[in-house]
Formats: sequence, structure tokens, C-alpha cells
Amino acid sequence: MNQNTDIKNLYIENFKNFEAKLNGGRNSQVHKIRQDAINKLNGLEFPITKWEEWKYTNINPITSSYFNPDVKKKLLNKDEIAKFLFEDFNCNLLVFVNGYYSKELSRQNCKENSVILSNIASVLNEKKEAFDLLGRLAVNNNIFTALNTAYLNDGAFIHIPKNLIVDEPIHLLFIADGEGEKSLIQPRNLVIAEPFSKSTIVEHYVSLNEGVYFNNSVTEILVQENAYVDHIKLQEESKKAFHIGRMEVAQEKSSNFSSHLISLGAEIARNDFNTVFHDSHCESMLNGLFLIDGNQLFDAHTLIDHAKPYCNSHEHYKGILDGKSRGVFNGKVIVRRDAQKTNAFQENNNIILSQEALINTKPQLEIFADDVKCSHGATIGRLDEEAMFYLKSRGIGTEAATAILIHAFASDVIKSIKINAIRNYLEDILDKKFNQ
Amino acid sequence: MLEVKNLFVKVDGKEILKGINLSVKAGEVHAIMGPNGSGKSTLAQVLAGREDYQITGGEVTFNGKNLLDLSPEDRAREGLFLAFQYPIEIPGVSNTNLLKTAVNEARKYRGLEEIDAIEFLSMMKEKMKVVELDQSLISRSVNEGFSGGEKKRNEIFQMAMLEPKLAILDETDSGLDIDALRIVANGVNKLKRPDNATIVVTHYQRLLNYIVPDFVHVLYNGRIVKSGGKELAFELEEKGYDWIKEGK
Repeated sequence: MNQNTDIKNLYIENFKNFEAKLNGGRNSQVHKIRQDAINKLNGLEFPITKWEEWKYTNINPITSSYFNPDVKKKLLNKDEIAKFLFEDFNCNLLVFVNGYYSKELSRQNCKENSVILSNIASVLNEKKEAFDLLGRLAVNNNIFTALNTAYLNDGAFIHIPKNLIVDEPIHLLFIADGEGEKSLIQPRNLVIAEPFSKSTIVEHYVSLNEGVYFNNSVTEILVQENAYVDHIKLQEESKKAFHIGRMEVAQEKSSNFSSHLISLGAEIARNDFNTVFHDSHCESMLNGLFLIDGNQLFDAHTLIDHAKPYCNSHEHYKGILDGKSRGVFNGKVIVRRDAQKTNAFQENNNIILSQEALINTKPQLEIFADDVKCSHGATIGRLDEEAMFYLKSRGIGTEAATAILIHAFASDVIKSIKINAIRNYLEDILDKKFNQ
Repeated sequence: MLEVKNLFVKVDGKEILKGINLSVKAGEVHAIMGPNGSGKSTLAQVLAGREDYQITGGEVTFNGKNLLDLSPEDRAREGLFLAFQYPIEIPGVSNTNLLKTAVNEARKYRGLEEIDAIEFLSMMKEKMKVVELDQSLISRSVNEGFSGGEKKRNEIFQMAMLEPKLAILDETDSGLDIDALRIVANGVNKLKRPDNATIVVTHYQRLLNYIVPDFVHVLYNGRIVKSGGKELAFELEEKGYDWIKEGK
């Protein structure tokens, strides 16, 4: 028995304590989902670098210690969270502090619209559509999802009814206080976008302090016929935190899903983004930008499953690495035998700012159809010396010139985000990071 | 203003400049002419502070300061400007942003406050007229998708904004049609003042019809082999460079 198995057993043993605190919840239908997950977890192992999907991502710091799922609640006031909000928006905000839903800080449905915006704990027992979907897209086939499901506590539930256009972005703000000892925070989010609806969802992870905690999140998104979902994941957490995030998307006929992952990383941050085209004429865009330094490790694993014909996917990830940081990009595209007339484009560009930073980038295309257009490319480089000299020759010093060029490198990913207020927020983050 | 004494420069181990002497005073316009590969652009780049060029001998002073000791950015802040032969495209950086940063970095260097936003905008508007640049180009990314002529006009626009003491125009006429050439040259002439100076590096005499030099120097094989007044340029146009190459 190794150390990691011991840790796993601690999660299994502590499940009983967790159950005991659920009070009446133990007999609910939802709890059967948890019990099923803890049983699954027993048969699963923590990933090691011998596994192909984790080859460059050593998560021993996560798997060698126990993170406590019994997290303390924390009360915050509106002023304390103001800096995490986007200007101009007053509605559609769900706030979770240390994993617990905060009704006081949230702003639900303040406009006369019929989008259902709620915390998942309050709907799972009542809403059959939520209950039925939970765990269907993100099945308990890996230990982190099983752990998330077993200790299922709270997260966002978003249900956008047919034909509804939601103007304001739906902002899901997950705040960790970053205090105390090794908390395990496990948001579980569920999105149902009904046919012909349109919405923007921001999954936003922040921390108040630079503490050690483990954020293990799972998000499931169902994009129904002709629906349009723009998803933005923004991660600006403690540099000592650990983050494992999984997003599973199911796209139905003619749906359009776009994703932007903007990450300043954590000590270790791993994102698994998977989307499956369940019918023809789907569109998907996966964009990403990560900026890491120090000893940070960032990993983006994406999978686009072209299961059906006439679908387009467009993926563009960019990385900026400094210090001794390490990055991993693994973009997998499967074009199945029936998926004729597929268009799949993938690109990953990286800038290395230091001698010791390292990026492993791997495009992985598996094509079984014969009438398709697929391309991929990856670049790793330094800041353009010609451009650098040009800026310096205009009197701009090394630091300012570096900031300008990094900004420029990042700009096309940021510009692909359609909402101004979010773009401005991101620009501010970049400015802060490089003009210290 | 600029004193170049016996300057030797190597690029990738190969000696390109072999003892350049040049003296430029305020109010003067100097033209440096010469055939391809003679070292004209190397001289321009070395003065601007290009780091991958190795200086093996000589000295350069700029307003009394040792120019070769200064970083490229400090040379610019001291008032030296290089208009590039091939202006760099920088996608994602707007011209406005570049100029605002550049203007403020120079002001900071001179111990001045950052420029007021309104003042900056009116300065931009005024200087845009000098080279007949359109507002829409200014708000775009630096040189991205610009035509050859627009790029060169943008260089002169930047020069107008930064108000250098010494401007070096590196082959600013190359690739320009006659209308663009006229606009660029007019811009340079409008910016001419008794307290600044210009070095025009060019292969052709054509540009010198519009920017009239006080002195013409012929650079060949890393050395200035002949200097004279503006009539030297006409002579070169007529006879080509061969008579210089052949020696006398």
C-alpha cells in the first residue's frame, strides 16, 4: 500500500463523518449519488506520471496530503467582494464562499427574466432535470470527479429556458478565504441551455489570501439544439493553492459553444475541458491564455470529440511562462468515422520569458473520417527581439517594452471575449501582473 | 551634436565599418549615400544601439555624452531617433499606446510629469497633419497591415511626436512612390529646426530633391570615401557608384 492509497482511504473513511453531518439528507435521492461515487472512488487511483494523460504533470503535492472536506464557513460583506465584480452588471451573480452558497452576496434574477439561477444544493431534490443530468456528462471515471461527487455540497445550477437571450453574463464567483489548513473546496456546477437560448457564463475562482487549499471543481454543460453558450473560466487564485477543474460539454444539433480559459494558475492547476458533438452542424471554440511564473505548474488538457459530421472546432491556447514554471498543453481532437466535412483547427503558442521555464505542448489528432479539414500547430519562443529593439529605440525601457509585448501576445485571446466589462477586467489583471 | 570618431564595427565576426568619421552639428542635414552592402544601415543601427553589433574600435559622442555607453532606450530619451528601413509590425499594440508610453518614458527620464491625456491627444492630432496620416491608422496596431508608404509615414509621425534632436532616416525612401515620397519628405522638412539635425541614409539621389542636404558623404566598403556638398549627390546620380568603387 502506498502513501497515495492511504490518502484515498482517508477520504473514504471520513465520508462517514460527512454523512453524519448531513442529518436528514442521508435518506434523500441525492445521497445515493454520493454513496455511489464513494464506492466508485474506492476502485480508482490517483494519477501518476506513468499515465499518459499525466505524463508531465506531477500532482504528488495534491495526492500526498489530505485536504479537509469539512471546510469552515466564512461570512463576507459586499465590500470585500466588490473588487471581483465586473462593472456595469447588476444581475445574475452567484457567490460561493469556501464552497458554501451565499444568498446575501448573490444577486439572482433581479430582472424580469425567466432564467433559473440557483445553487445546486437547493434544487437537486426538487428539480428532476437537474437531478437527471448530474453526473451524466462528467461520469465518475476519474478519482477527482468521484471525490467531487461523493462529497457533493454545492455549486451553481443554471437553466436557460428555450428562446431566452440572457443579456448580462451569469457570474459564478467562487471565493476561497485562503486561511487555515488545507481545505478541500469542491464546486459542482450544472448548466442546461435549452434550444435557441443564448447566454454567457463566467466561472470565476479567486482567493482572499495566499493560503493552501485544494479546489476540485466539476462543471457540466448541456447545450441543446441551436443554443449558444459562451463560457469563460477565470482563475486568479492563491499561488499556493491547488486546482483541478473538469468541464464536460455536450453539444446538440447546430449548437454553438465557446470557451475561454484565462488562468494565472496556482501552485498546480490542471484543467480538463471536453466537448462532444452529439449531432451535426455544431460549432465550438476553445480559447485559452495562461500566465505563470515561480514554481507554478499549469496543465490544460482539452478534448474535442467530432462524433458527428458538419461540425467546426477552433482552438487557440496561448501560454506565457516565466521563472521556473512549467506548462502543459495537450489538445486532443477526435474525428470519428461518421464525422465527414469536419473542420478542426488547433493552435498553441507559447512565450518563454526565462531560462528555466518549460512547456510541453502536444497536439493529438485522431482522424478516422476521410473528407475532413484538420490542422494544428504549436510554437514556443521568446519575445520578438526585433519588436523589442523597435520599442527600445522609441525610448521605452525593457520592463515597459516587455509588458507591452506580453499584452500584445495575449491580446487576441482577450479580444475574442465579447463582453467589454470582462475584457476590461482581464486587461486590468494583465496590467497589474506586469507593471508591478 | 554627434561626433563619430574612427568607428569600427563587426557583425557576426565580419568587419562592416572600418573607421567611420562623421561630425553633425545642430541645424544640419547630412546625407549618407552608398551602394548596397557598403555599411549604411549598419551605421544607422549601431547609432541607435542595436545590441548584436560588436563595436571593435572608435568612439561616438552625442551632445557630449558617450553614446556607446547608453542603452537603446536612453539614446532615444536623449533625443536620438531612428526611422527604420523596415518598420516592425507589432500586432496587439496600438500606435497610440506605443506613443503614449514612449512620450512618458522620455518625460520621466527628463524629470517631467506624465503627459496630460488631453494634451497628448491634441499633440497627436497636430502631428498627424505633418505626414497626412489618417486617424483610423493611429488607433490600429503598430504597422500591422500598413502599406509600405503608410509604414514610412508612421515612422515620421513617431519622429514628430518624440521631437528628437537627431533623426536618422534609414532608407526612408525605399519602396515609396513619388507621392508618398513627397509627403514623407515634406514631413521631415516641416520638423526641421535650427536646434535639431537629420541624417538621411539613402541609396538614391531622388529623396535629396526633396530633403536638401548640407553635406553628402559616400560610404563604400565600410569607410566614408568622399564627402562634399549637395552637388556630390547629383554627380553620383549621373555616374553611378562605379567611379568611386574603382577608386577616383
